[in-house]
Amino acid sequence: MADALNRRDFLTLTGLGSIVVASGLPGQLAAASGPRAAGAADFAFAQLSDTHWGFSGPPNPEAANTLRQAVAAANALSRQPDFVVFTGDLTHTTDDDAERRRRLAEFKSIVAGLHVKTRYFMPGEHDAALDGGKAYREAFGHSHYSFEHKGVHFAAIDNVSDPEGRLGDTQLDWLHTDLQHLAPDAPIVVFTHRPLFELAPQWDWWTKDGSKAIDLLQHWKNVTVFYGHIHQEHHFETAGVAHHAARSLMFALPAPMSQPKKAPVPWDPAHPRRGLGFREVEAERTSEQPASEKLTIAELSLEGAGPGSGASGGRP
Amino acid sequence: MSRRRLLLAVPLALVLLAPGAGLVGAGEERVIAVTAKKFEFNPATIELKVGEPVVLELTSLDRRHGFRSDDLHIDVTIDPGTPTRVHLVPDKPGRFDFHCTVFCGSGHEDMTGIIVVSQ
Repeated sequence: MADALNRRDFLTLTGLGSIVVASGLPGQLAAASGPRAAGAADFAFAQLSDTHWGFSGPPNPEAANTLRQAVAAANALSRQPDFVVFTGDLTHTTDDDAERRRRLAEFKSIVAGLHVKTRYFMPGEHDAALDGGKAYREAFGHSHYSFEHKGVHFAAIDNVSDPEGRLGDTQLDWLHTDLQHLAPDAPIVVFTHRPLFELAPQWDWWTKDGSKAIDLLQHWKNVTVFYGHIHQEHHFETAGVAHHAARSLMFALPAPMSQPKKAPVPWDPAHPRRGLGFREVEAERTSEQPASEKLTIAELSLEGAGPGSGASGGRP
Repeated sequence: MSRRRLLLAVPLALVLLAPGAGLVGAGEERVIAVTAKKFEFNPATIELKVGEPVVLELTSLDRRHGFRSDDLHIDVTIDPGTPTRVHLVPDKPGRFDFHCTVFCGSGHEDMTGIIVVSQ
């Protein structure tokens, strides 16, 4: 039952991969033709997203267990990532402030079981839009921040505490200040919840002032954005900035605008947890002058992980 | 005149957005009252005719909501106690979706509707 967790679906993108690998241009996704040797990367991190703790309903009859399955799956990786980032919608929304705090606390308690002790969090609209991020900040601190890790600059930005899905000029100014000291070819990774670009405004799959962030980010040559919100893998590029959406760990959503109404993909009893998963991102410095960071994304599926919390898996 | 006006020339309709009270411009406009509350618009189907000037009078019954139609280039917010008026003259038949753009809870994503424009 753990086979799916052992399988690493390396991402290949027509065009993008060849650009990066062949030319050495920084900041883009490197295509991988197959599993890479463990230890080849300088470091790795895992992106988990849209865990929606507190959700219940037909789209996931195992909802009370899926987060624990994900923790077990991450713990089963044979080489643990340096850190884990959760890109929002940690919890499913509720109108009850006390219940929101309870869900956030339960989420925090469950993910405390991760072997990886360096964990970064950010809110989704389900966590933060109804109270402006108050309960989230009480539980996890600032909703936007930055940090350095092994030569890569990471910035987490909040496009959900405003229920209209804006970053806001104050945060954009902060981002500009945060980045301005970096060299033009500095490797930069941005974490956010909603897509910064207009993937599907009709489905709320955008950031109202995301174009301002993209206009700012494109001044650097080596920028990759990882986000959630859309509950599926998705890869896009805007003017040299790569954007990669992660799968959900609660329920999948259909491809953008592929049906009249956005609704969860029905649970398939024959393929439980299909479409659910997380990703591992390996970063490798391929050149110092000019700086070039190759990122390899491995998508890991929860399908076939088994209904309990004792799922196992690892590198091939 | 202190009231803010925004005129948008769009391919599918002439849309005039005027937050606050009062109608904009002369002529006979049919007023269509639309209420918004978690998690529905009422009516959810708005029927219009090509060439007919109308004003959508949007009122929230509970909290801030949004009203956006990409096809008709409408994107406004609706606050309780302050009707938001959207003036438009459809110039093309069709079915144009609208949805709430302000996250309002667990049914937010179901808060949608459609404007049906006929000849």
